Amino acid sequence: MSAEIRITIDGQDLHVPGHQVLIHAAQDNGVYIPRFCWHPRMKPVGMCRMCLVEIEGPRGRMLVPSCTQPIHQGMVVHTQSETVKKAQEGVLEFLLANHPLDCPVCDKGGECPLQDQTMAHGPGESRFVEEKRHYEKPIPISDLVMLDRERCILCARCTRFSDEISGDPLIEFQDRGNATQVNTFPDEPFASYFSGNTVQLCPVGALTATPYRFRARPWDLRAIASTCSICTAGDSITVQSSQNQVLRYLGVDNDATNHGWLSDKCRFGFEYLHAEDRLTAPLVRGPDGELHETDWATALSYAAAKLTEIISKRGGGAVGGLGGARGTNEDAYAFAKFMRVAVGSNHLDAQMDDGLDPQFLAALAGKGTIGDLESAKTILLWAADLKEEYPTLYLRVRRAAQELGARLIVVHPRATGLDDRGTDVIRYRPGQGAETLRELAAGEGEFAAVRAALDHGPVVAIVGRTGLTESPKLAEAVAAFARDLPDASVLPLARRANTYGALDMGVAPTLLPGRAPVSGIGCANLVESWGGVPEGSGRDCRRMLEGLQDGSLAALVMVGADPVSDVPDGAMAASALEAAEFIVAVDLFLTESSRHADVVFPALGFAEKEGTVTNLEGRVQKVNRVVPGAGQSREDWSILDDLAMRMDRPIHLASAEQISKEIAHVAPAYEGVSWDLVTWDHPDGAVVPLEAPRAPLEYVPVMADAPKPRASAFVLHVARTLYDAGVVCSRGMALKDLAPGAAAHLTPGDAQSLGVGAGGVVRVVSGDVEADLPVVIDDSLTPGVVYVPFNQPGGPHLGHELAVTVEAV
Amino acid sequence: MSRFPLVITKRMTEYPSDSHTLDRYLATGGYEAARTALGRTREELVELVKESGLLGRGGAAFSAGLKWSFLADPRPAYLVVNGDESEPGTFKDRQLLERDPHQMIEGIIIGSWANQVHHAFVYIRGEYPKPARRVQQAVADAYAAGYLGKNILDSGYDLDVTVHLGAGAYICGEETALLNSLEGRRGEPRLKPPYFPAAKGLYMMPTIVNNVETIANLPHIIEHGAEWYQSLSDCEDTGTFMMSVSGHVKKPGNYEVVHGITWRELIYDIAGGMRDDNDLKAWVPGGASAPWFVPDLHLDKPITKAACADDGSMLGSGAVIVMDHTTDMVAAAERLVRFFAEESCGQCTPCREGTTWLDMILQRMLHGAGREADLGLLYDVSDNISVGMGWPPKQTTICPLGPSAVSAVKSLLEHFRHEAEAHIARATHPETRPAVPVTIRRGA
Repeated sequence: MSAEIRITIDGQDLHVPGHQVLIHAAQDNGVYIPRFCWHPRMKPVGMCRMCLVEIEGPRGRMLVPSCTQPIHQGMVVHTQSETVKKAQEGVLEFLLANHPLDCPVCDKGGECPLQDQTMAHGPGESRFVEEKRHYEKPIPISDLVMLDRERCILCARCTRFSDEISGDPLIEFQDRGNATQVNTFPDEPFASYFSGNTVQLCPVGALTATPYRFRARPWDLRAIASTCSICTAGDSITVQSSQNQVLRYLGVDNDATNHGWLSDKCRFGFEYLHAEDRLTAPLVRGPDGELHETDWATALSYAAAKLTEIISKRGGGAVGGLGGARGTNEDAYAFAKFMRVAVGSNHLDAQMDDGLDPQFLAALAGKGTIGDLESAKTILLWAADLKEEYPTLYLRVRRAAQELGARLIVVHPRATGLDDRGTDVIRYRPGQGAETLRELAAGEGEFAAVRAALDHGPVVAIVGRTGLTESPKLAEAVAAFARDLPDASVLPLARRANTYGALDMGVAPTLLPGRAPVSGIGCANLVESWGGVPEGSGRDCRRMLEGLQDGSLAALVMVGADPVSDVPDGAMAASALEAAEFIVAVDLFLTESSRHADVVFPALGFAEKEGTVTNLEGRVQKVNRVVPGAGQSREDWSILDDLAMRMDRPIHLASAEQISKEIAHVAPAYEGVSWDLVTWDHPDGAVVPLEAPRAPLEYVPVMADAPKPRASAFVLHVARTLYDAGVVCSRGMALKDLAPGAAAHLTPGDAQSLGVGAGGVVRVVSGDVEADLPVVIDDSLTPGVVYVPFNQPGGPHLGHELAVTVEAV
Repeated sequence: MSRFPLVITKRMTEYPSDSHTLDRYLATGGYEAARTALGRTREELVELVKESGLLGRGGAAFSAGLKWSFLADPRPAYLVVNGDESEPGTFKDRQLLERDPHQMIEGIIIGSWANQVHHAFVYIRGEYPKPARRVQQAVADAYAAGYLGKNILDSGYDLDVTVHLGAGAYICGEETALLNSLEGRRGEPRLKPPYFPAAKGLYMMPTIVNNVETIANLPHIIEHGAEWYQSLSDCEDTGTFMMSVSGHVKKPGNYEVVHGITWRELIYDIAGGMRDDNDLKAWVPGGASAPWFVPDLHLDKPITKAACADDGSMLGSGAVIVMDHTTDMVAAAERLVRFFAEESCGQCTPCREGTTWLDMILQRMLHGAGREADLGLLYDVSDNISVGMGWPPKQTTICPLGPSAVSAVKSLLEHFRHEAEAHIARATHPETRPAVPVTIRRGA
């Protein structure tokens, strides 16, 4: 950026970066200038006028708003003069003139900048004796946000956020002068995935969140820093609780990850913790075939005995392990050690048949950080719709394209949330991604300009599966192509919050802790600590489920895994669980999967345990215990440790902190990110310095896997939406009605040739599964493609096959 | 007949029935100045206009030539003609637009050529339907006759003119709010710094914004030269200019005058004196935002930019509102303050809240509920919008709209404090609030 320059504030000489506005430079040097509208992450508007200060100019001192005032060499600033004080107190009086004095019943009371400023500088009594402005209040402007226009001080923080940051300007000022008000457009609610941020940004109680309204007073809340567990971006948050209930999340400005923002799913997606159907005691399937509550000793002994029996009869290789991506690194490590050491099996997968090859992810470790977006010149986005699946990463890419001028290339089968900022938007038919990649890499035809742009680094490539029917091989080929571009960072995207942590801990059929390959075990410490690992590569999720179906696997241990809901072919997963001889589940709920288990252990959830997690760039951050767990629930690691002990194959785990030390011991890369470091020195996390990839990627153009065209054939595209039928959304009052619902998206032409219109019903048939779905017209699709959002309330899973048939019902 | 040489109102005065038509314009030597200008260089034209001393006629009275010389290099650049004349008492541009639109179009050609602009905009106040229709017709006729469009007057120079109507906001007369409005945004003044229109204006490109009257002068300066223009007046403010005289005079109207005449000449000679030969009490010298003048102090002062500034006011847009002895000055101040309160864009807290507050206090005084404390309160609220209440203002706001409301309050307190005190003394129910109905605005 710009060079340092010298300014004088209140007689104090300071050296500050030249690109800053005055208020920012002052703040960084400990001079707090009061403000309401200025926010360091948004463009200044100079509206509230609270930050007026005097600067010395050629014609004497003049009042200027410090939030819009650029600084220049030798500038002399007065923030405490009588003129400044009078002006600031005048502004405060103006703001209070029409502001209702309802602080005792206002949610913001106690954490309100206007209240604080008034207590500090305001007049004791109002000189305003006229009638105040009146508006109907509060009015709901979305399912999650209420607006009280009487309290609003018109600072434009919410409107700017929606316009500049989230890109859905659904709230705006209307009318003018004294009647100026924030409002939505007629018949267009504030249906933004990021609306909750405006509530946190609001400097008064004008915007309140329905899930939190009237639930607590700020001074009664316990606040503890943590890391969001909804997606893998590693958003820093503060978890606030009262009377052992989590009541609110606030975004924390972490320069490396979320910049303080959260999606509404992150912000409001905690109510499941207190859902009525949380498991509170172990369950064991009785002779009547039903699950019954029992005590821990009984359940653990029973599970240990059954597992020991199966292992002694058929070997450890008859047992598979699924899950581990929803907990902490310590939980994942315990799971990996339990399966390898206590069970003796490499059949272990944290991904639910919806991710990428662990070895491929391992090969890309350390190839890029989210922060690389800040200096990117070109961004290649060939992954899931970030707005739906990685909301805060979406905001970072939007910022890079919109504010920092990066060229954004979006490649996706249909419209995504970033198309409006895409310099190049490339659409392709699912199954023809390989051909699209080949053309793109060769710079053929219309791709010439895009290809040329990719040669101008720094390039950031965000790569993942665009949908669940798309081969993971395509993403690997894209990443391999992108990695060899000049000055390129690659961010490979996997599903679920701690998938990267689970991979680092060895919860993968082919990996050991530290992302070491199972073959050729390298770390002496690991051998010493674990006493060896089973031979050969294990089965991944799909092959484990197939093994349960065909009897080659007998038992399954699920740790926070719900394959029936999460794998693309849910019906197949259900039949596999049905066929299994014995299933142990560690879960918060009786899910579609854990209800098949023979023993279910209640686990502690997010905010109920401490540990570390690892985000998509390898950043290790802390999660903390805020509230006690439900009933008798325990940490995953503690359950697995107890189970191993009762199987007479102890794994010697004592506490999350002790486990983290063991992790650093067996996976030396983690030495640099110790528990103490991320707890005390780096609350914003630290990136694991993983070794250079052992197996360099080769860019091999993959073959097109498009199905043979036949009559009434369609290509199926299945992708996740932010709100779905998952546990987070379905078990919280705030989010439960927000899922878009099951539907079949068709192009207008396809709908017409099928003889259906929007809202009509079509039958989508994929193999043995068929579903009757309402039609949504979607002109962003390629003709012959049907898009079905994944895991929606009332919609069956359609599997992972590309070829389907669609017919009118 | 006027005592002064008529320049920009000559044609409409001589041919009142058809001065707006292309035929009449051409018959009276129209578009010859444009032809001349197209034969000169940009530097020559900017220098000529600088030398003529032509000052902006929109209110700020800044040298037009100097303004042009600030235009930054990047292209495309734009010329925007500000015809959003909305200040109470100002109606001069209306006449120029309605009665002699081709004079403005010729000025646009000259101004555009001088600034290497290929697209000019005319922003006309939304409440001016007839002037807008006349300008639209004139632009269409000019296109048809080859004065606008491609290769105008066979010079190889292309110029397009777009006519745009405002939507009823006074603030859009402020040049940066006008640019926002033209771009389809809310009509709110922009922050200066960081960007000034000459560097980053319309669509963030270099932009010149000139008033209609300023532009209308250009053909005459081209035709007769800078020296002639200077020679029209005896003082340092060159040329003629239009004054809109309204209020309690016998002959309200627009008058083209030269700088340097006295207020007495304007009010008593040109505008025919006071109605019913009443006593002159005060007048607004240059648009509703200007602090008032009173006969004891100002009647024999010359009408020049410098003289008005010396007396703490301004010539502004040349709008003179004359008030006789029957005027209730509290009511006059209230009416002016109410205008600004209603027209505030709502961005800045002091203007949004302060102007309405001032109006509420004045209304309460008029309703017989004034209090002793109100005069001090009026002063202090005004001071918090416009520090020291001076002119030109030291404002706490982005633009001078808020301080403009303060001008009326300051004038009231400075010259007619006794009238305000009389209202308070007459108050019948000083401790109660006025019976203002409370309206609750609904709707999401």
